[in-house]
Order: sequence, then structure tokens, then C-alpha cells
Amino acid sequence: MFRRERSIPLRGSAAALCNNLSVLQLPSRNLTHFGVVHGPSAQLVSAAPEGVPLAQRQLHAKEGAGVSPPLITQVHWCVLPFRVLLVLTSHRGIQMYESDGSVMVYWHALDSGDASPVQAVFARGIAASGHFICVGTWSGQILVFDIPAKGPNIVLSEELAGHQTPVTDIATEPAQGQDYVADMVTADDSGLLCVWRSGPEFKLLTRIPGFGVPCPSVQLWHGTVAAGYGDGQVRLYEASTGTLHVQISAHARAICALDLAPEAGKLLSAAEDTFVHIWKLSRSPESGYTEVEHCHGECVPDTQVCGARFCDPSGSSFAVTGYDLAEILRFSSV
Amino acid sequence: MSVRTLPLLFLNLGGEMLYILDQRLRAQNIPGDKARKVLHDIISTMFNRKFMEELFKPQELYSKKALRTVYDRLAHASIMRLNQASMDKLYDLMTMAFKHQVLLCPRPKDVLLVTFNHLDAIKGFIQDSPAILHQVEEIFRQLTEVKCFFLLCLWQTYGGLSAGEFQLIRQTLLTFFQDLHIRVSLFLKDKVQNSNGRFVLPVSGPVPWGTEVPGLIRMFDSKGKEVKKVEFKHGGNYVTAPKEGSFELYGDRVLKLGTNMYSVNRPVETHMSGASKNLAPRTQENIAPNPLAKEELNFLARLMGGMEIKKPSGPEPGFRLNLFTTDEEEEQAALTRPEELSYEVINIQATQDQQRNEELARIMGELEVTDQPRQSASKGDDLLAMMDGL
Repeated sequence: MFRRERSIPLRGSAAALCNNLSVLQLPSRNLTHFGVVHGPSAQLVSAAPEGVPLAQRQLHAKEGAGVSPPLITQVHWCVLPFRVLLVLTSHRGIQMYESDGSVMVYWHALDSGDASPVQAVFARGIAASGHFICVGTWSGQILVFDIPAKGPNIVLSEELAGHQTPVTDIATEPAQGQDYVADMVTADDSGLLCVWRSGPEFKLLTRIPGFGVPCPSVQLWHGTVAAGYGDGQVRLYEASTGTLHVQISAHARAICALDLAPEAGKLLSAAEDTFVHIWKLSRSPESGYTEVEHCHGECVPDTQVCGARFCDPSGSSFAVTGYDLAEILRFSSV
Repeated sequence: MSVRTLPLLFLNLGGEMLYILDQRLRAQNIPGDKARKVLHDIISTMFNRKFMEELFKPQELYSKKALRTVYDRLAHASIMRLNQASMDKLYDLMTMAFKHQVLLCPRPKDVLLVTFNHLDAIKGFIQDSPAILHQVEEIFRQLTEVKCFFLLCLWQTYGGLSAGEFQLIRQTLLTFFQDLHIRVSLFLKDKVQNSNGRFVLPVSGPVPWGTEVPGLIRMFDSKGKEVKKVEFKHGGNYVTAPKEGSFELYGDRVLKLGTNMYSVNRPVETHMSGASKNLAPRTQENIAPNPLAKEELNFLARLMGGMEIKKPSGPEPGFRLNLFTTDEEEEQAALTRPEELSYEVINIQATQDQQRNEELARIMGELEVTDQPRQSASKGDDLLAMMDGL
């Protein structure tokens, strides 16, 4: 059903982080951008449809005091109404660039004031919501940045409280009008999920408690939260109420990435057990409940997967990164 | 990254070092009492109280080069000598072994079980000592006391950590081991490592404790009642975990990672993975001509200040241990080691920082052994209670 396509070589291997692959699809330019964190640097690669690499760029975390250079936790493209920004989070702060990584337009240093000496200080979890970019932090706070249509006048507009442990991931979907009020979900190391409504002021709608394991990755589709957990489970909840609708024993190790192909309602889950699975989400016409069907499972031999993304909106192709692997693996359906 | 990682890294690498040295001491037919002395001296240096206090302070991990210097010192804590080629090989084997263990840990917190496996084995190295009873008893008593202190530190540091914090520790350890693909012939033979240097990640066997065997989709209504159950083909061949490993002082760890795999007398060779495409350049390590930054020098000074190295006492002659099968092999290995894998043993004299240089020279040159037995006052009661159990 899927076959291996030509890999894209990387200058540095992928770090053992979660959500360690970001993909920006540019169908109009016949290009796809990939972003992978190596450690103190992140690598951006642009590739043509057949996977031929066209351009490469390395970005580094901004220097600071310390024994070794600060490590990057995540790199992610944020698609906003009038522009696309590339956001890089590290153990020092948040860097925002123009989408090709050529110019840094904004730097926000993390305030480590309240941290005890045993606590790691970092930013992690990046998502665009309307004209805002939301970034999570080690303390559980979500920083909301107001992004102008162009230029560097980015402003920190809000700090959201909801989590007590480090944020792992943030997911958003365009507000669907009256059908789905909730348009952002945030997750943390304790497995707690917070569901929000965006706006000039963000409003916390629901909390979905964890059960003792981290939730490293989360997605939002048509009012349904899809969450991947450290014990290999994928759970689907009704965003507005927090009701559990589906529980999948999906993987044998911690899940490291989830992605959505919104046009097709497809969900991708990847884990440290070397497997990538694709699921079809739907709503049962009679009951109205969310249903899930398993579509495909792919084993990436001897690879601790750390990032995975669909490469097109219909979910007919996807890319995978693995710890210690200096290439991006690509798969497409036949 | 996590600032609680160093003690775990240090102890587990130290444990692997003891396994390898024990095997080589036997293979080279070093007399039993000399071999035991070497292991005892190394163990008592590792568990020195001042050293452990430094080790357990929250701090970032340092480079492989800096850590290698500490093990170089530790390996020379007794009457044994190692040439650079043998020390390089020893460090390669230690790091690849622990990398494998971290990678294969079913849950992030299982790295503690690996640590306990190493600790349990270290107890065994002391306990099977013979003859000179009072000497053994004294060593045992001292070691028991400091090991209690170590266990206390271990519990204080890791006892209350959440799954998320253990995940961060795991990621920190994997970052330390990133891009290390040295092929170890024992691993290749046991099919634990592929010929390209990458470890085999099995997709069968027991799932981690607390994880369900993959393959089930359960759907619920809004009242929480299960309305549909569907199986799917996961692709792996997993079974339920039989039981959880014990995190107590004594217990069945269940996990085999971290136990001594060298107990069968097999020669251990490493192949330098010369194919440069496997070694993605790590810019930070290659650039600096002086390998240590000022902060790393501070760290080494503090850490080794806590190490009390015994000077070879009296008529006990030292000996050289060879990690290779012959001297010619050792020479050959030294000549053919790829540039990118050179650890560049720190030449302290070459550092610019004069004050730091002098302090380090003092620490490394003039450490005295303290012979008086340790007498703790009020802490002693608690420790005595723990010691009774040992």
C-alpha cells in the first residue's frame, strides 16, 4: 500500500525529541520544506516532489551562559493568514524567522526566575492560531504572540495558565464557526490536556486529565482531540466536553508524533517502537460518535522514530525521522 | 536538558567498566589477589562520599572528552596501568554498552533498574573476596556505608520523579550518545547490533509494564459505555509484561539490561566504524583546539577533588592491562584509530588558565589516602539500620 521513496539526506542526525519533524507543503511552487532538530542546531531542507534536495540551511539556538551551546527542543512552521513564520524553541528562548529561515524577525528570552536548580528551563510546543502563535514552556505556561501581517513588530499578548508541568505539544484548527467552538488544545508531561477557544483573549473551555503518563503529541480535527501518550495509547476525545470516545492500544512504546491529513480525516501515529500507523477518523452517521479504522502500519526497522508528518493534505504520502538517523525517510501510497 | 542525569551516566558507565576490567583481568591471568585489589580500589574511589556529593549536584552533562578524563583517572586508581589504546577501547565498550541499555529500556524510568543491576553486580565483586578476612571486612564495612549513602542520594534524586522527568533524562542520555556507532564484535555476534553499527530494536517480546499489547481499538458512547471493539494487525509480536521490576534495595529487577554480559570468557573487539557517512560531524566537538572549556575544567577539578586516589602502597608492584589480545594488536589499534574518534586525552599542562592549571595539578598530584575508618555521628544510626540489611 505504501512504498519507500528516495530519502532526503541530512547533514546532522535527528535528536531523540518528540515531534521532531515539521513539514511545510508548498504545492504551488512544487516544493516541500522539511525541518529537523539535530541538537544545538536545526536543519531545514527543501525538496522537489521526487525527494531531490534543492536547498539546505542550518539554524542555531541563540547563545547564552552555560557549559555547552543551548539545545533546540522543536522547530515548526506556523501558517498564518498573511505570512508563514518558522519558529524555533530552545533551552534559552523562542526564535522566529521568515519561512525560509533566512532572517530572524523576533527573539524572546525565557524567564527562568521561578525555576528551582533541578528544573530544566525550555520552550516546547508550537502552533499557529489565527494571527497568533502559541508556544509552551517548561512551567506549563502558554505564551501567546500577536503576529502582524508583515514586519518584526511581534508582541507577547497573553500568558495562559492551565498546566503545571512542562508543555509538550499544541494543536489548533481553524475555528469552524458554530459547529466547533474549541480551536486549540495543549498537552503536557503529566498527560493533562487543556482545550481553548482563541480570540483577543483565549478562554479555557475544558480540562481532560491525564493518567500518569506524558502526552507528547496532540492533534485537533473537527472538534475531536487526538492525543498520543507515553504508554503507546492514542485516545480521541470530544473537545468541548472532554468525553473519551476512542481508545487505541496503538503502540508498544511511547508515542513521539501525531499528524493529521485534514482533507481525508487521516491520523498518523509514530512511536519509539519503530512503527508508524495510519488511521481513518469518521463520525458514525447513526450515533454521531467518532469512529476509527486502522488503514496501514509501517515498520521502520531498528529506528527509534522521533518525528512523522503527512506530506500532502490527502495523506497519500508521509515522511519520518529517527534518532541517530541522518536522513528523512519518505513513503507514498501506490 | 535534565540536570539530574550525571549520576546515572556515571554509575552505569562505571559498572560497565568494572565488568570489562574483570573479564580482561581473568583473560590476562592476573593473580586473584591483585585483580581483586584493582576492583576494590576502583569501587571505593567511585563510591567515595565527597565524590558522590559532587556527582549528585544538579548540573548539565559535560562532553564525552571531559567524562573520559574522569574514567581515565578512575581506571588508574590502583596498581593497574592502561595504555591509551586500551583506555580508548575500554571507553568505547563502556559507552556503546550503556547506549544500548538506554535505547532498549522499555520505559524511561527503567534506566533505574539498569542502574540497580549494575549496583547489584558491584556488590558481588566485593562479596566474593576470600582469605584476608579483617581487610575484607573493613573494606566491606566502608563500602557498605558509602553505598548506603549512595543509595540515599539515589532515592532523594530519583525517588519522586515523574514519568515526564524520566523521559527528559532519557532524551538527555540519548543526546550524549548521539552519532556513536562503534561496532562491538560481541554485540555483532549476539545480533544485538547490525553491521552498520546500529542497534537492533526488537519488535517482539513483553511490552513495558503499564502498556497494553497493541492491536485493539475500543469505541465508547457519551456515557462511557463501550459500544464497539475492533482488532487491528499491529505488525509486531508482543506479549503482556509478566511483572514489574523491583526498585527496592533488593529484588528481582526482571530486566536483563545492565547485567554482566562478559561473564562468558569471550574476547571483545571493537571495529572502528570508519565509514564517515555514519559519523555526522558534531561541530562543537571538532572545532576547539583546546578541548575543554573553562566550565568543564571547573567541573573536573571539583569532581576529581572528591576522588581520593590511593597511591600504590609498599611492595605491591603495578602491572599493565591490555584490552587487546596481544601487544601488537594494541599498537596497531593506536596507529589506526580514525581521527574523528580520537578522545584526545586532556593535557592539563597545556591549558591557558594558569590558576586552574595549578589547582588541578595539586588535586591530581597530591591526593592522600585516608586510612581512618569513617565514623558518622547521628547519621550513623540510620545507616547502621540500613547496613544491617546488607
